[in-house]
Amino acid sequence: MTQVKRVAGWILGFVGFAAALLLTWRVFTQSLDLFDGLFNDPSKASTIDLFTEALYIGIAAMGLNILTGYNGQVSIGHGAFFGVGAYASAILMFDHGWAYLPTLPIAGLICLVVGILVGIPALRVKGLYLALVTLGLAVVFPDLTKRFVDGTGGTNLISLKTEQISPPYWYDWFPDFIADPLTDYVGSRDQWAFWLTVAVAVATIVTVWFISRSRFGRALIAVRDHESAAVTVGVNNARVKVSAFAISAFFAGLAGSLSVLVSRLANAGKVETFQLSILLLVAVVVGGTATVWGPMLGAFVVVFAQDYIDEQDTLTDLLDPPRAKLMSPALFGIALIILMYVLPDGIVGGARRGLRSLSRRRAAPIDA
Amino acid sequence: MDQLEQFLQHLMNGIEAGVIYASLALALVLIFKTTGILNFAQGEMALVSTYFTWKLAEWGLPVWIAILVSVGVSFVGGALIERVVIRPVEKSSALVIVIVTIGLFLALNSLAQVVFGTDAHLMPRAYPNESWDVFGVNVEADTLVLVAVLAAECALLWYILQRTKVGLALRGVASNPDSSRLVGVPVGTMLMFGWGLSAAIGALAGSLVVPTTAGLTAGSMQSILVFAFAAAALGGFDSPLGAVVGGLIVGVANSLTTAYVDWLNDIEIIVPFGLILLVLLFKPAGLFGKVHVERV
Repeated sequence: MTQVKRVAGWILGFVGFAAALLLTWRVFTQSLDLFDGLFNDPSKASTIDLFTEALYIGIAAMGLNILTGYNGQVSIGHGAFFGVGAYASAILMFDHGWAYLPTLPIAGLICLVVGILVGIPALRVKGLYLALVTLGLAVVFPDLTKRFVDGTGGTNLISLKTEQISPPYWYDWFPDFIADPLTDYVGSRDQWAFWLTVAVAVATIVTVWFISRSRFGRALIAVRDHESAAVTVGVNNARVKVSAFAISAFFAGLAGSLSVLVSRLANAGKVETFQLSILLLVAVVVGGTATVWGPMLGAFVVVFAQDYIDEQDTLTDLLDPPRAKLMSPALFGIALIILMYVLPDGIVGGARRGLRSLSRRRAAPIDA
Repeated sequence: MDQLEQFLQHLMNGIEAGVIYASLALALVLIFKTTGILNFAQGEMALVSTYFTWKLAEWGLPVWIAILVSVGVSFVGGALIERVVIRPVEKSSALVIVIVTIGLFLALNSLAQVVFGTDAHLMPRAYPNESWDVFGVNVEADTLVLVAVLAAECALLWYILQRTKVGLALRGVASNPDSSRLVGVPVGTMLMFGWGLSAAIGALAGSLVVPTTAGLTAGSMQSILVFAFAAAALGGFDSPLGAVVGGLIVGVANSLTTAYVDWLNDIEIIVPFGLILLVLLFKPAGLFGKVHVERV
C-alpha cells in the first residue's frame, strides 16, 4: 500500500511540476504582454532564459541539498564548483573545438573529482569551520581563474561564439513547443538551452529521489543526525561524507555547464561567486532542507523574486533614480528574514506540516 | 642591511593589516562565544556604525566624541538586532540562523547605501597622521593607535568575561542556556548584551580602520570581513586571544607573500585560506579553540 502511495505521490509530484512550469510560463508571458504595452522593452522577450536559469540554479541547489540538507555539511562555496563546471565546458568548446553536449558530462565529472579532493580534507572540520573552509573556496576560486584561465584580452572571461552554443542538427526534428506570445518566436538557441536544462533537471530529480530512499541516503541522514551512532551500526562515515561532497559538486558542475548556454560566457567575479554560493544555500533553505522538491522550488522562488524586485526598480527608477535600485538587495534580505520566521523548515517542510495537521494524523511518519 | 630593513617594513605592514583583521575578528568571536552564532552581518553592522561616525563628524562633532557616540549607539543597535531579528529564530537550526544573518548582511549593506549615498566619503581621523622612522622602518600612527585600541579591548573583554558577574553569566549562557536560566540568569538580556558588546567593538574597529583605507564605501568592510573570518577560524572561534593571534598571522603572511613570493602574484589570498586548511587539518578547533568531546 505504501508503495502505491509513494508511486502515486511521485507521479503527482511530476505532473504538478510540469503543470506549475507551464502555468507560471503562461501567467508570466501574459503579464509580460501587459508590461510590454507599457514599456516596450524588447529585453523582456528573454523570459525563457529566466526559466532556464531557475532550473539550473535548482539543479545545483538539489545537489547542494544532498550535502547540506541530507548530510548536514554546510557549504558556502558551491559557487566555485558551479564556476569550475562553466569553465570546463567553455574551455573545451572555445580552445578545443568541442561540441557542447559532450562537455556537459565532462564538466560534471571534473567537478566530481574536485569535490572528492575538497571533501577529503573537509572530513576533519565540522559545522562552522567547514562553512568557512568552503567560503574560502568561493573566495579563492575567482583569483585562481584570473591566474590560470587565459580568456579574452588577458582576463578570466571566456565568451563563446554564437555557433558554439547552437543546438545540434537533430534538434530541428523536434516540434517548436514554445511560441512566445510577444514575438511568436523564441530563438532556437534559447529553446534548446531550456529543454536540455529541463531534461537534466528531471534526471536530477529522479537521482535525488532515488538517493533519498536508498541505503546511501539513509546513511547520509544517520551521519547528519548522530555521527557516532551511525559509525557504531557500520556506516562508513568518511566514505559517506566524501561521496556527499562529490555528488553535490557533480550537480553544481552540471548546472555551471548549463549556465554557459544561457549566459554565453564563463566568468568568475569575486562578488558573483560568493553571491551565487549564497543564492544556492538560500534556495535550499527557502525550499526546504532534506526534501526532494524543496531546492528546485526554492530556486524558482529565489530567481523569480529577485527578477520581480529588479522589475519594480525599473518602475521606481522613474521617481528616484539613484536610490531605488539600491533598495532591491534590502528588500530581498528582509524578505529572506521574514520567510525564515514564518517557514523555518522551508516551503516544502511548511506545506508538509500543514497537510499533516489537516489530516489530523499526529503520528504521521516523518518523511526523509 | 637594506634587505633586513625591507623585510622589517613588510613585517610592519603585515602587522598593521593583521591588527585590522583582528579587531573585526574579535567582534565575530565575541558573538560566537556568547551566542554560538557565526554572524555574517558583522562587517555590515560595523559599516553602518562607521557611516554613523562619519555623519556625526560631518555635523561638526569632534571625531573622538563622534566615535564614542557611535560606539554607544551601536551597542544599543546590536542589542536591538539580537532582540528583533535573531531572537525569533534562535531555536531554529544553525542553517536558518546563518541565512538570517545573510539576509541582515544584504539588508544593512543596501540600506547603508540608500541612506548615506554611494559616493566614497573621506573618513576623518581622530588623531594626526604621523609616521616615525624607527631604525629605518616606517611606523605609522595608525598602527600604533590600532594596536593600543586592540590591546585595550582585549584587556577590557578579559576583565568583563573573567572578573565580573555579568561576564560569568555571559559564559554560563554560552555553555548551557537551560541551566543558566534555571539558576536565574536572564538569558535573553545576556544574549542582547553579547550582541551589543560585539556591535560596539565592530563600530570602534570600523571607525578607526576606514580612515586608513581609500575611503568609506559600502564595500569597505567586505574584504576585511573575509580576512577576519580567516583570522577567527585560524585562532579558534571561541578564543578572543586566538582572534588576535590569527589576525596577525593572516596579515603578516599575506604581506610577506605579496612581497617575496612572485609566483603567487594575484593569488595571494590562497595563503590565508591555505593556512586555515593546514591548521584545521591538525587542530580542527583552531589554534586556541576549545576541543569539544562528544558524549555518546
